[in-house]
Amino acid sequence: MSGAMAHAAPPPGVWRAFLRSPAAVAALAVFSAFCVVAVIGPWIAPQNPYDLAQVDIMDSLLPPGSESWTGMPYYLGTDGQGRDMLSAMIYGIRISLLVGLASGIIALAVGTIVGLVAAYRGGWVDTVLMRIVDLQLSFPTILVALILLVILGRGVDKIIFALVVVQWAYFARTVRGVALVESAREYVDAARGLRLGALRILFGHILPNCLPTMLVVATMQMAAAISLEATLSFLGLGLPPTRPSLGLLIANGFDYLQSGRYWISVLPGLVLLAIIVSANVLGDRLRDTLNPHL
Amino acid sequence: MTEYIAKRLLQALLVLAVMTVLVFFGVNVIGNPVYIFASSECDQPCLDKIITDLGLDRPIWEQYWVFVGNLLQGDLGNSFTHGVPAMSLIWERLPATLELAVCALVIALAVGLPLGVAAGLRPTHWTSRIIMGFSMLAFSVPVFWIGLIMIIVFSVTLGWMPAVGRGDTVEILGVDLSLFTLDGLHHLAMPAFTLSLIMMAMVIRLTRAGMREVLFSDYIRFARANGIRESRILSLHVMRNILIPIVTVLGMEFGGVIAFAVVVESIFSWPGVGKMLIDAIAVLDRPLIVAYLIFVVIMFVALNLLTDILYSVLDPRVRLGGAR
Amino acid sequence: MSAPVVLEVENLNTSFLLPSGEVKALRDVSFQLRRGEILGLVGESGSGKSITGLSINGLLSPPGRVMSGSIRLHGEEITGLPHAAMRRLRGAKIAMVFQDPMMTLNPVLRIGVQMGDALRAHLRISERECRARSVAALEEVGIPAPEDRLNAFPHQLSGGMRQRVAVAIALLHRPDLVIMDEPTTALDVTIQGQILALVQKLCRERGTALIWITHDLAVVAGLAERILVMYAGRIVEDGAIDDVLDTPAHPYTSGLIDSVPSRAQRGQRLRQIPGRMPALTDLPEGCAFRPRCGFATEACAAPQALRALGGLGGRHVRCCHPLIPVPS
Repeated sequence: MSGAMAHAAPPPGVWRAFLRSPAAVAALAVFSAFCVVAVIGPWIAPQNPYDLAQVDIMDSLLPPGSESWTGMPYYLGTDGQGRDMLSAMIYGIRISLLVGLASGIIALAVGTIVGLVAAYRGGWVDTVLMRIVDLQLSFPTILVALILLVILGRGVDKIIFALVVVQWAYFARTVRGVALVESAREYVDAARGLRLGALRILFGHILPNCLPTMLVVATMQMAAAISLEATLSFLGLGLPPTRPSLGLLIANGFDYLQSGRYWISVLPGLVLLAIIVSANVLGDRLRDTLNPHL
Repeated sequence: MTEYIAKRLLQALLVLAVMTVLVFFGVNVIGNPVYIFASSECDQPCLDKIITDLGLDRPIWEQYWVFVGNLLQGDLGNSFTHGVPAMSLIWERLPATLELAVCALVIALAVGLPLGVAAGLRPTHWTSRIIMGFSMLAFSVPVFWIGLIMIIVFSVTLGWMPAVGRGDTVEILGVDLSLFTLDGLHHLAMPAFTLSLIMMAMVIRLTRAGMREVLFSDYIRFARANGIRESRILSLHVMRNILIPIVTVLGMEFGGVIAFAVVVESIFSWPGVGKMLIDAIAVLDRPLIVAYLIFVVIMFVALNLLTDILYSVLDPRVRLGGAR
Repeated sequence: MSAPVVLEVENLNTSFLLPSGEVKALRDVSFQLRRGEILGLVGESGSGKSITGLSINGLLSPPGRVMSGSIRLHGEEITGLPHAAMRRLRGAKIAMVFQDPMMTLNPVLRIGVQMGDALRAHLRISERECRARSVAALEEVGIPAPEDRLNAFPHQLSGGMRQRVAVAIALLHRPDLVIMDEPTTALDVTIQGQILALVQKLCRERGTALIWITHDLAVVAGLAERILVMYAGRIVEDGAIDDVLDTPAHPYTSGLIDSVPSRAQRGQRLRQIPGRMPALTDLPEGCAFRPRCGFATEACAAPQALRALGGLGGRHVRCCHPLIPVPS
């Protein structure tokens, strides 16, 4: 038993190896900073962009560094509805990260269960489940999500659902692959020999050994989810205009691009870029250090 | 070989059948189509008449057969907003999308292959690090964001490139193409490059990985031991082996390119099927949405089939393995 | 013994320059080879026998590098030749065949294309002549219906057939020197015998000098005229094959001979050399075989020179306790 748990723990020095890459450390710092901003957002934002009483349409399209007539500074300017861009972006980060994390975690859970069941049961269960996964993966994520949102309409819950639908298959395939390797190992045989229950073997023994791989895939998938949400919102399909995510903020600013009011699009765009790139760098580094079989 | 193709064809048809079921029932689940056709003062008898006209009173499997029957004749109903058959709209817009996608594919290969080869030949050199960093960026940064930056830089700031439309087209074999006019090329460049980036990143990674694997293989060492020129080894002996996975992945990803064309077309107002879909979604033109969906499904299945066959032609091991 | 010398290797030192430091794969390897002579190069994996082959035909890939020493082909120095000049030698003057026939031929190119490329690497000939020569070459190595084989892909041929094709390609330009790196190890015993006989016959006919790299003493016994035993990057013994096999001078050679199964009596326990070859990164001072050697003494820790033994074979041994007397 203790042997199996020791097997699950990351090999010593992984953390130190991870820290050896300056890019990965920077990415970790950037990503953590955005997570902090997302959590404490409502307390640090100068304005609540969802509260129409606080937004003055007369202040629309002000460049960065302007002031409202009450003397409140708009550090990053305002958008077409007179919202403070800094506040809108802080709330946008909240929504983007929420959507990315929530869909990632749910897809991870669904995919893990499917993958484990497929690997553990094998036979026709495995065949049927993997055929569904193959079929799902043969269609581009953006198209499936787009169609689902056309059917479902806009909303945070709907976009999370759509993202889960397009992502679970990746997790299922990855987890199945790792689980197949793991369940061939001798410790699983040993656990079977002890007549432990199937669930106990799956969750107590195989799952912990899938964790490093799942962590890498989850990091990458979360970045993909945030990117996909932004794209869908940009196309006007994801989130309602009243609760703009980063993608929707960029889309709103797109109309003003030609007139040179770059900040409305570019600033949220840079934040989005920083989040996605840092998450990808993290995932890359995690893969290199944990070295799962990807 | 024939047996292999027949088997794959059968699989493809099965997938198609499943997908039509999914699309059909998916569409039937969304709302009641009667209300789209009925005016607000339509009473119960009027509603019943529409229901009968649409065949909605019949059992659902019978409706499905009617749907499939129409589908086989290429009839997917009329667009609400344009009042013409949805399929004809798709055929009309398709050349623009295909032109964009094929150009993106060509750019991805033309730029990605040499970069991948360079990165594979000298993996620790600083140029390789830059190439791989570029590939990671191109892979992870959202397409619409890149398009946006390109518009800001090249259209708004520098004023070099037009930001919207197709420009002048010229009719070739009955199809309007931008590729063969100077103005058309000018319009095509930015959207095609934007669309190519994801594929380019993929080509770079696959080429590099392939190079690392093939360069150290015994058969390349044997080719060198026979004194074959390095240029010949690279262009034939190595490249033929690398191209197999690249062609497979690109074939499978070509559908993804068509899908991502939705994004690029809406940014650059490129009048293809993707832009049409977004416009149709905005006004809830359901027949047009369904037509696009069915069209894309068919295209996907056909592409996967073609890729498999092409793969088997390129890779003799698969080709003959299937024949046995 | 009057045949002209084809290859002279003198004090060859090859290293792998790793970030962690230099790993010496070959140390002071010297030998020479005459026209038509067959040399068996014997050693365990990691002994440096394959590296010797790759050093000679200039195919060492970085971080491997020839550090010093001289390799002369017909008296002309070929170490440090520019890439283009080295390429012109490869295939034309020096050919090499590798171990695994499954991996030596390019899986996605037809046999005819691979042979054609090898021909055109050194000759400007027409498509027609190219085909004719390829067919003739395949016939020589005993491949039935050679015309059809040209259109075949490697996976359509058996392992033995593939190795025959590889041999045919290597001999296309009638090279002066052929290096065969365990070309029969991956084959069935019967096929192995056929390839051995074939190579032996072709080399005799053409006067080609042959280096046959192997870990299998039984193979060299029936094939080679001279043998060169390597251990941990050094030559430990060389000489005429029969002399060395009958009266080995180095304890390692003796151990190798004893561990050949066919030499043991039925029911008698097979002998083996205890322990394993040390990693090249931490070789002991002096004789590298010392930790495994039953005869080792304090003296073995001192650097050992390759000393000449008497007799016609021109035998040498690198050992301070040789099993046969050394004239002083």
